[in-house]
Amino acid sequence: MADIAITPAKSQIREASSWDQLKHNRNWLGFWFMVPAMAFLILFLAYPLGLGIWLSFTDTKIGRVGQFIGYENYEWLWDDAIFWLSVFNTLLYTFVASAIKFGIGLYLALLLNENMPFKALLRAAVLIPFIVPTVLSALAFWWIFDSQFSIISWSLKHLGLINENINFLGDTTWARICVIFANIWRGVPFVAITLLAGLQTVSPSLYEAATLDGASRWQMFRHITYPLLTPIIAVVMTFSVLFTFTDFQLIWAMTRGGPVNATHLMATLSYQRAIIAGQLGEGAAIASAMIPFLLAAIMVSWFGLQRRKWQQGENND
Amino acid sequence: MTDLPTTHVNLKGVLTSSAPTVAKDDHSEGMSYLQSVPRRMVTLYLPLSIIVFVLLFPFYWMALTAVKPDAQLLDMETYSPFWTWNPTFKHFYKLLFESHYPMWLWNTMYVAVCATFLSIVASVLAAYAIVRLRYKGANLVGGLIFLAYLVPPSILFIPLATVVFQYGLFDSPLALILTYPTILIPFSTWLLMGYFKTIPFELEECALIDGASRWQILTKIVLPLAIPGLISAFIFCFTLCWNEFIYALTFLQSTANKTVPVAIVNEFVDGDVYRWGSLMAGALAGSLPLVILYAFFVEHYVSAMTGAVKE
Repeated sequence: MADIAITPAKSQIREASSWDQLKHNRNWLGFWFMVPAMAFLILFLAYPLGLGIWLSFTDTKIGRVGQFIGYENYEWLWDDAIFWLSVFNTLLYTFVASAIKFGIGLYLALLLNENMPFKALLRAAVLIPFIVPTVLSALAFWWIFDSQFSIISWSLKHLGLINENINFLGDTTWARICVIFANIWRGVPFVAITLLAGLQTVSPSLYEAATLDGASRWQMFRHITYPLLTPIIAVVMTFSVLFTFTDFQLIWAMTRGGPVNATHLMATLSYQRAIIAGQLGEGAAIASAMIPFLLAAIMVSWFGLQRRKWQQGENND
Repeated sequence: MTDLPTTHVNLKGVLTSSAPTVAKDDHSEGMSYLQSVPRRMVTLYLPLSIIVFVLLFPFYWMALTAVKPDAQLLDMETYSPFWTWNPTFKHFYKLLFESHYPMWLWNTMYVAVCATFLSIVASVLAAYAIVRLRYKGANLVGGLIFLAYLVPPSILFIPLATVVFQYGLFDSPLALILTYPTILIPFSTWLLMGYFKTIPFELEECALIDGASRWQILTKIVLPLAIPGLISAFIFCFTLCWNEFIYALTFLQSTANKTVPVAIVNEFVDGDVYRWGSLMAGALAGSLPLVILYAFFVEHYVSAMTGAVKE
């Protein structure tokens, strides 16, 4: 309809030249508007994505163009215990951190949704860990988890709970716990504030009706809050899982994959192999190995979302 | 009318099955009056204060470490580690006058502003075209842009490093300015699409009838109405740029070109046992610009986060 509106605006009627077509045709106009965004995304996103998969089939090193070597990188990784350790670490990290982030995030959202004094201030404060650059807060955690001067060890010693300093980032189990904790700390505000926004769209009259029917708080949560939040939960958790799975900076700032590779994720391992050791091909193979996992995560949450919308008869907003 | 409050209290006693000890006659919204104060203490304020304490403690610790004298930092028996009575600005002084820190801050700011600006321009055009021009395949392109949001930097940095090297951009801020938009454009396009959808179509139809071109409509009608969305997109992109690490770590080499997060991790971390003060001062100074920006635009942050997720 927009095109029809343009023509009478011309003072005289003439044939539309090809220049006019380029200027006014909806599809051409759309194309011109899309050029800048598409140029960026194709040059620096789609092309590298393809190039990365290609690199994983070559033996490229830094400063040397590689030859096509088929599946050799992948065969090499298949027998590489460190690679499988990093896969295990990544899955453990993603699963534990995402589950706890979801639990605490939802709980925090429910708490913040209550009516109380200083509500706005509290909400603003909760989001700060999300604003501060991850590396910088990771450094704060590095200091908090220091082997000698950790404030946690100090407090526990003075409470009489432990006698020796805990070697937080030097012990494999503790190191894993610490990086997972730092990841949860960083991710909870995002989950909580997004779910809080979802909670605020739930009509209070539903709770009032449920209260009159004698529903307990748990029943209200289970049968009103949770079903209405499911779509937003699916989206938030997709993002959360995705960014946890591909996390790099937190690990790099805190442990660099140590001790004895106990906290190496696939992303950090690929950085170490590709950039530090110079084996671009092998690093690209590790990075490409993340893609199937990511696709699986996206699929799971996507279909979870679809099913819910259909069940509730909601339309796609 | 006078007996209304009494019914109120009785009802509360029945519903919460707790003795109506506190007959607080508040007219607050919601149903919080159904809960007694002690119960709210345990179920609301206590867990909330624990969570908020854990979330904010690292910042307190960061700030405290940054102003503590070195001697107190490592001697935790003579001095209480939780407070200091003689704060020092030695670490900040070292940061500002004896290191490249101001330069790193400038680099970060420069890269973030340029990349954000480029992304917003590209996103405004793309979002407007997808939502309002509705050319053939607009929905498909919208979906693809959303997918692009899901492609994480950690699987792109290796091939991008070779691309950056080929184009001769290695170790230059331009490498970051051109690659950051791949992270920012999908997000801000999606956010702006949501904002543009809320602008009434009739306004544009009127303008079209008056003979305005699409470009005039965009600059004179749509953009002024979408200013809250633009601010949200801007500050969120800026935050993402500031936070980005893996590209900056891979593409930059010389000390003078680094951004704050990379520089702190690589240049400040040495074997020195007294490094903590300046390290934390650096981390604090690197976070402050974002926290200040955040303090001014809290609402925009929240709407940016939730807006992009909801759409």
